[in-house]
Amino acid sequence: MASKAVITGVADTAVGKVDGSTSLGLQAEAAAAAVADAGLSLGDIDGVLCGYSFTEPHLMLSSVVSEFLGIKPSYSIAVQAGGATACAQVMQAAALIEAGICRHVLAVCGDNRLTGMSRDKAVAALSEVGHAQFERPYGISVPSAYALVAQRYMHDYGVTLEHLAGVAVAHRKHAMRNPKAQMRQPITLEDVAKSKPISTPLRLLDCCLISDGGAAVVISAADAARDTRKRGIGVLGTGQMNTHEHIIASPSLTDFGCKQSSRQAFDRAGVTPADIDVAEIYDSFTITLLAELESIGFFARGEAGPAILGGALDLDGQLPCNTHGGLLSYAHSGAAGGMFHVVEAVRQLRGEAEGRQVASPELAFVHGDGGILSAHCSLVLGRN
Amino acid sequence: MSKPLPQPNVVTQRFWSSCKDGRFEFQHCKACGHNQFPPRLTCTACHGADLDWLPSSGRGTVYSFTVVHRAPLESFKADVPYVIAIVALEEGVRAMVNLRGVDPKAVAIGMPIEVFFEPTEGEYPLPQARPR
Ligand SMILES: [Zn+2]
Repeated sequence: MASKAVITGVADTAVGKVDGSTSLGLQAEAAAAAVADAGLSLGDIDGVLCGYSFTEPHLMLSSVVSEFLGIKPSYSIAVQAGGATACAQVMQAAALIEAGICRHVLAVCGDNRLTGMSRDKAVAALSEVGHAQFERPYGISVPSAYALVAQRYMHDYGVTLEHLAGVAVAHRKHAMRNPKAQMRQPITLEDVAKSKPISTPLRLLDCCLISDGGAAVVISAADAARDTRKRGIGVLGTGQMNTHEHIIASPSLTDFGCKQSSRQAFDRAGVTPADIDVAEIYDSFTITLLAELESIGFFARGEAGPAILGGALDLDGQLPCNTHGGLLSYAHSGAAGGMFHVVEAVRQLRGEAEGRQVASPELAFVHGDGGILSAHCSLVLGRN
Repeated sequence: MSKPLPQPNVVTQRFWSSCKDGRFEFQHCKACGHNQFPPRLTCTACHGADLDWLPSSGRGTVYSFTVVHRAPLESFKADVPYVIAIVALEEGVRAMVNLRGVDPKAVAIGMPIEVFFEPTEGEYPLPQARPR
């Protein structure tokens, strides 16, 4: 199926500890690189969708970014959906193109969360997503909210601490093949088990990184993409589901909106989970990925953990997943964290993933989760 | 820096005032019978606006829990390890609490609890829970 919207350019900056970086600078660097990757110039961009920034927050961030880049887009807006932001930017861009409103949309994110603020301040800022009256007085944090999911999920489906550790180890294995990844030293199941407790059952190595970094993609109208430099990657299907914001209001602690958002994306693309060759799925915590893999239907309930210990997410496994190393081992710099998943999916489909390349993938699935498994956005991408 | 304290608003004032009187109240929809918490302006099931406030028995069970070792704010650092639980009350609503009066290692899903009210530095006490 030919799609109307195609991804024509992708880029990410150096990630990890990027000394001297700023949120705006990382966004500008990623934007320029993505536009160059497409073989376009910044002047060709008529739509700008940016994310959000912790270190340089602004009421109108997309205007700030466009002003900094020196462009005057005819459509511009900031998207804020936590970890679902990047996928939501791509979904919105595809909709703008399908509606004929834009020809070349820049979706850009970047934040210097590691060097721009202390670790304590980053953790405290994230805890503010808790409900002001009914969660925050109890000392809730984002890891604690996911830990509440993990505890219930383990109880209901027989997931073990070793299964969670297996997710962390699988990501590190991917990151070790990626020269850009923030964390590349090998880890074992025992290392995860011995890492310091954060909020039971989650340990330090069950949690994502805090990083500097930026990422951007250019989404173009198919007819406008003929002049671009590389093979366009089709946005074949998109979907969203939003069930709650706060964990106390979640309809379930084990079944989440990724089920419906992925179903929409698969249906619109006319494919099934079994058709997917490579997946890049939000992995803020080990339990996040495990719950998503099973809610989406890539694995039956309780079966992802044992499968992952058996190598299911590896390059030659049943579902090569988070091949760049994910938020757990590649990098996590706010909204850009989710955009790294999009960038990696495109690189895999183009055959540009070098030492971590999956053998000739045709279809990729990308998923972002914002809040506490609250906002979900799914993409099916394919070689057009 | 002190702990975040509840700041009641027009939707939640009734709840927090009841806490001062030792009652945990939830909303009951007169149209469809749905019970809900936290408080809203309308019913999340049928979107009707005719809501009653009913007192909970305060009895329930642990639906999920976590033992926090890494506090998100300076003001909670002296408390670690502390237990955050989501409790399911008999009337079908769920709430977040800290579990008090129990060894964190002994907490389990399904454990019977009762709500009690813990004084804070502010005007309103916080509903908390302990084993029953
Ligand atoms: Zn109702």
